[in-house]
Amino acid sequence: MSVEVEFFTAERDVGAALRVAAGETVALLGPNGSGKSTVLGVLAGLVRPDTGRVSIDGEVLTDIGPGSSGRMVAPHARRTALLGQDALLFPHLDALENVAFGPRSRGTHRRTARAEAQGWLEAVGVGELGRRRPGELSGGQAQRVAVARALAADPRVLLLDEPMAALDVTVQPSLRQVLRRVLADRTAVIVTHDPLDALLLADRVVVLEAGRVVEEGVSKDVLSRPRSAFGARLAGLNLVRGTWRDDAVEAEQLVVHGLIEGEAPSIGDAVIAAFRPQAVAVYREKVRGSPRNTFLVVVSEVEPRGDLVRVHAGDLVADVTVQAAADLELVQGSAVTFSVKATEVSVYGI
Amino acid sequence: MKQQRPVDLPRWVYLPALVGAAFVLLPLVAVVAKVDWPSFLDLVTSEDSRAAFWLSLRTSLASTAACIVLGVPMAMVLARWDFRYLGVLRSLVLLPLVLPPVVGGLALLYTFGRRGLLGQSLDAMGIQIAFSTIAVVMAQTFVALPFLVVSLEGSLRTAGDRYEVAAASLGASPTTVFRRITLPLVLPGLVSGAVLAFARALGEFGATITFAGSLQGRTRTLPLEIYLQRETDPDAAVALALVLLVFAVLVIGFARQGRGAV
Amino acid sequence: MSSRPRRALLATAVLSVCLTAGCGGDDGSGASGDEGTTLTVYAAASLTQTFEAIGAEFEKQHDGVTVEFSFGGSSDLVSQIQEGAPADVFASADTANMDKLTGEDLQAADPQYFATNTLEIAVPPGNPGAVRSFADLAKAGLNVVVCAPEVPCGAAAVKVEEATGVDIAPVSEEQSVTDVLAKVTSGEADAGLVYVTDVIAAGDDVEGIAFAESAEAVNTYPIAALKDASDRDSPDSSDSSGLAQAFVDLVMSAEGQQILADAGFAPAG
Repeated sequence: MSVEVEFFTAERDVGAALRVAAGETVALLGPNGSGKSTVLGVLAGLVRPDTGRVSIDGEVLTDIGPGSSGRMVAPHARRTALLGQDALLFPHLDALENVAFGPRSRGTHRRTARAEAQGWLEAVGVGELGRRRPGELSGGQAQRVAVARALAADPRVLLLDEPMAALDVTVQPSLRQVLRRVLADRTAVIVTHDPLDALLLADRVVVLEAGRVVEEGVSKDVLSRPRSAFGARLAGLNLVRGTWRDDAVEAEQLVVHGLIEGEAPSIGDAVIAAFRPQAVAVYREKVRGSPRNTFLVVVSEVEPRGDLVRVHAGDLVADVTVQAAADLELVQGSAVTFSVKATEVSVYGI
Repeated sequence: MKQQRPVDLPRWVYLPALVGAAFVLLPLVAVVAKVDWPSFLDLVTSEDSRAAFWLSLRTSLASTAACIVLGVPMAMVLARWDFRYLGVLRSLVLLPLVLPPVVGGLALLYTFGRRGLLGQSLDAMGIQIAFSTIAVVMAQTFVALPFLVVSLEGSLRTAGDRYEVAAASLGASPTTVFRRITLPLVLPGLVSGAVLAFARALGEFGATITFAGSLQGRTRTLPLEIYLQRETDPDAAVALALVLLVFAVLVIGFARQGRGAV
Repeated sequence: MSSRPRRALLATAVLSVCLTAGCGGDDGSGASGDEGTTLTVYAAASLTQTFEAIGAEFEKQHDGVTVEFSFGGSSDLVSQIQEGAPADVFASADTANMDKLTGEDLQAADPQYFATNTLEIAVPPGNPGAVRSFADLAKAGLNVVVCAPEVPCGAAAVKVEEATGVDIAPVSEEQSVTDVLAKVTSGEADAGLVYVTDVIAAGDDVEGIAFAESAEAVNTYPIAALKDASDRDSPDSSDSSGLAQAFVDLVMSAEGQQILADAGFAPAG
């Protein structure tokens, strides 16, 4: 199920080209108003571009512009399920009927559809909530049901528009696990603000800025060594590759402790630890005590970024305030300690 | 259960509110007081009264059905379509709300009457609408339709189209979306709109008498019967008015409940 | 601070009293011949044109007097008068309604009969239903509209039917003569039973077909001066100014009778 989309819309000034290989998940990253959701709208057939072409497995869904067929397949005939921030479960139907909605719309018999729906509810871990009305579900539960509903519709492409943005931070990790599982071999496009989502859920990242693609590549590369301004600002994640040993990520010169995302790796597995530059504290002296992750480093570059100063030390980066940078007298060559709490670090298997 | 409001109403609103309520309720009380109770049953069960009542019930139900069949699609177009002259179209469609019903009756006459715009061709085909029960239903539908459209359009706008978009993305055709999502979501609005339309049809007088005429069992509905009875037998008119009143109260109560649900 | 609601209450109370009892200056109905005296005449709807002409004549003869009319169905007018409407003169289209007032002793003088009216068949121009006689009205397939038996014109129609044995199956029994006429002028009905005067007033919009049987139901119009509205309950209440009686006299005069005759009314026996 490979997807190709290329379009321009003058009203929103968004023009992008995107290719998603079969079974691949692509994350669309970018600041607000960069056109991420417009891309999904064009794919889903909700937005009619001024010129453009959308095809799935060679079947043309949108073909608009000079000399083209003017084809615009209706949203319901595209088999591109869209999941947004809000679960938007139909309030008059219980969870099971919500999930069965897609199959029934395809003409599946009621009983078959309900059995199918029950299977999907179990797949996302809410098999026991089928009889509940949407009003009786928590935000996290509702979004799981919404995921099940989207999957039950048997989409060729799953379109996710910031599926976790409206959720409490405490329930985000468990839904992220669910998504990781279901997206594993599925063709999908996910719009997100969160580089961690992009890293954990997507194979490739496309960065949009002001309606244009400014960067794209394999998630790990783009997120650890961003070239675009936005990529650098929002991503710039610290990524430490290593092997799993003694409940920690062992790399060449570092040992990183963190929270495991997903299934626990076995000893010797290749793993990655990820943490945000903002989560890194910088000290002049060696730190003893609570933070389990302390790294003795030498500052290679000090880069002012508005209110913050980004401190590079080899592959690692830390963001500190201008005031703190001044107090610490940070310059190239300073020997400092980077410290990050284990709870701020995500560890996942590759 | 008394509920404490976080912000009190200004105290002065209670007086005009009370006066307003009295202004509406006192005349109704006056009607009840005027009823000749000993002969009430005889008056309302007379052949004339029964014929008028059943005709009213039948025609009002029929016109409510017509309002639903025509009004639901109209409300959907008004609520979901987006084009330049929508405002003008809406005002035109809702015109019967401000039109005196007698004028509405004349307009229908000029359209469907024997010499009317369409009536001439209908007459040539041997179809005659005037003086028939169909004409009563048409007159009632004409005046009641805007009530349903306005009420339902409001519900549709409030409900928004987010659920409809979600349903479409799950593969539901527009008809499926309408049947399984849109309609259930605005059902309370549709019910209260239909009840309003029914109540309006039940009380319809001006358009009916102008367009359909007045004949017992065929076109003389309850309001027409009340108006006619007043000529000779005011007691009967008052008794019938009370029947209409009680009926209206029941209908409004039902409407409130419908709106309360969901 | 509680004085404000109280003041509002007072204002509302005053307002409601005004609404029920009438505030401000009396409009002078029946008062002695001041400048701006108004005479209020309640008259059957069929008298609209003739009484307006007579009223104009009356104003010419009585300086400073304004005649105000309220035209409507006779029974409507009677119930309004019974509920205390400030009428000085009442002219009815039938004796039955006038009798209701006699029963309640509201008249200042005995009613006088000033005109009669008879039924006539009204048909649309060209007479598409080919109606020639009263008996034709019973023809199948003909849309005939009459007044409901409850109203005077309908009662008259029933009387003629009974006398002649012609059984009309109307498509509609209307509330008033005007409603019958409207159905005929619009072409909805092939024929309607209305009064001679209505056919004349409708001009070219309808054609009238007189029929001899109409003599079976002659409608007689009575008129009477009423007691002053303000003190009808006192036993010696009367038409204090005499203006009301003067109006009745004008209607009965040769001048008034000529105006009525021009409109198609026949003199009262």
